Amino acid sequence: MDRYAKQRLFGLLARGATGVIISVMILVVGVTIVRGGYVLLTDPSVAITPPGARYTLEADGGFLHAILGSIFIVVPATVISMILALSTAVYLQSDYSSERFSDGVNMFLNVLWATPPIVYGVFVLTVIIAVGSRTSLFFGIIAIAIFQYPIMTRYTDEALQSVADTAKEASYGLGATRFETAQITVRSALPGVVAGIIMGFARGIGDAATVLFTAGRSNNMPGGLFEGSTTLPILIFDNARAQNPELHAQAYAASFVLIVAVLTLIIISRVLAGRYARYVPGGRHS
Amino acid sequence: MTTHTAIRTENLTVTYTGKREVTALDGVSIEFTENKLTAIIGPSGCGKSTLLKSLNRLHEIQSNTEISGEVYFGDERVYNTDEPLPEIRRHVGYVPQTPTALPLSIYNNVAYGLKIHGNYSKAELDERVETYLRKVNLWDEVKDRLDEPGAELSTGQIQRLSLARSLAVEPMVLLCDEVTSALDPISAERVEQTLAALKEEYTIIMVTHSMSQAQRLADDVVFLYLGELVEANDVQSFFENPRDERTKQFVSGQESVAAADTEDNTTESEQSETPPASVQ
Repeated sequence: MDRYAKQRLFGLLARGATGVIISVMILVVGVTIVRGGYVLLTDPSVAITPPGARYTLEADGGFLHAILGSIFIVVPATVISMILALSTAVYLQSDYSSERFSDGVNMFLNVLWATPPIVYGVFVLTVIIAVGSRTSLFFGIIAIAIFQYPIMTRYTDEALQSVADTAKEASYGLGATRFETAQITVRSALPGVVAGIIMGFARGIGDAATVLFTAGRSNNMPGGLFEGSTTLPILIFDNARAQNPELHAQAYAASFVLIVAVLTLIIISRVLAGRYARYVPGGRHS
Repeated sequence: MTTHTAIRTENLTVTYTGKREVTALDGVSIEFTENKLTAIIGPSGCGKSTLLKSLNRLHEIQSNTEISGEVYFGDERVYNTDEPLPEIRRHVGYVPQTPTALPLSIYNNVAYGLKIHGNYSKAELDERVETYLRKVNLWDEVKDRLDEPGAELSTGQIQRLSLARSLAVEPMVLLCDEVTSALDPISAERVEQTLAALKEEYTIIMVTHSMSQAQRLADDVVFLYLGELVEANDVQSFFENPRDERTKQFVSGQESVAAADTEDNTTESEQSETPPASVQ
């Protein structure tokens, strides 16, 4: 085979693979949006109505409890995780840690990242049993925060490492302390840091396994920090297994809400990243 | 006029203990005169940047550096001292080789150093920002867009912004690391003009690759070769009447020194000299 034939063959393969991926994506997102969108358009109230007493059998009411549960669990979890991730990532930079130490920690974080979320769920469940408590919003927050932490830390660390050394030198050269310089580094890496936080949020809001055993899987409106609660992915899981076609329909509607939420987050992250990138050397072009 | 020493090194040795051990500076003792511009010249990888950065301990950002000897800023020790490092660096400022804007607005790039070192009123900050932007001949170009990101300026403008930022904290000594090497000839000339004007007020120590730049700008010249101080003299004597054979060869651009240059290129340059950013 001559070089030009090879080139054509590779082009064909690459285009084919991309085509397959995009088709599958359009199919998944399209079906969810069309079917879920249809349900929501015919009866928008399902997204803003609390579930009735016989929700799991007769699908009376809507799934507001899951939307609120998701928000009440994932927002605090993201805040906690963000603070921990940012601090860890700053500490892993050469200003604070040796290369060996940060390599080791990063390897550990990669392992955590690759750990199936159900393992975190079971871990937190063990803790719940050990302290004699019961599943609740609070432990859902803890489980999601643990799940998000390695993702956000790795993203943030990569972003911080890509900051040019000269920015640090310039800051130190002005007599800035290590902490002040870290602030400059974080600002320089802000587009990447924001992307990492939003990615952690998106992964957190979409995950079912971590909250399955920890948040309480309740069919009531969230009643307090130590009351049971549920989230959208769990609701989708439960409704999709039910016999009632109305519950199926609500599962699609809930999927629609979830996908739109994640999409919105990604768009927000791009807009924010673009805004911050103006302050980073060469940021506008990258 | 009597001359004072602004900063001096005493038997300064810097060793990088990375994968390979490299002695970047070998027992260098040298004095830098107050309110003069001293150029440090020498082939790549011979310790120029290391010498410059060791004057305010900036090379300590990298791990794996060992140092012995001492640097004196006036009568104060720079190394064996209780003085916090930021206070030393405030007096001995540094301008990096690659034009670097902090991720802040043009205004805040200049005001940043002031804000971290003291409580200044808005009016005081405004005044200083203007003063230092004028000093580097940048004010007229940016006065209507002070709130815009510093990173959106051209490379040459960013280098002058860097200078203004360093001057704003009112250092006594300014360390400039090949500040024109990443610039186009016109921007480089403007930065040179700025430096020429600044040397009346500041002690400037500048690393340069360009012998002609050293001749144009410097009062004194220091020649480093393979981490060793070969010769330090005033600019006229240095170029017209070099004492050391190696200086003679380097000044006249002879082969032997240049050959050693390429041999040594992979040592210190790898560790301490960042490659110049591509000029946009």
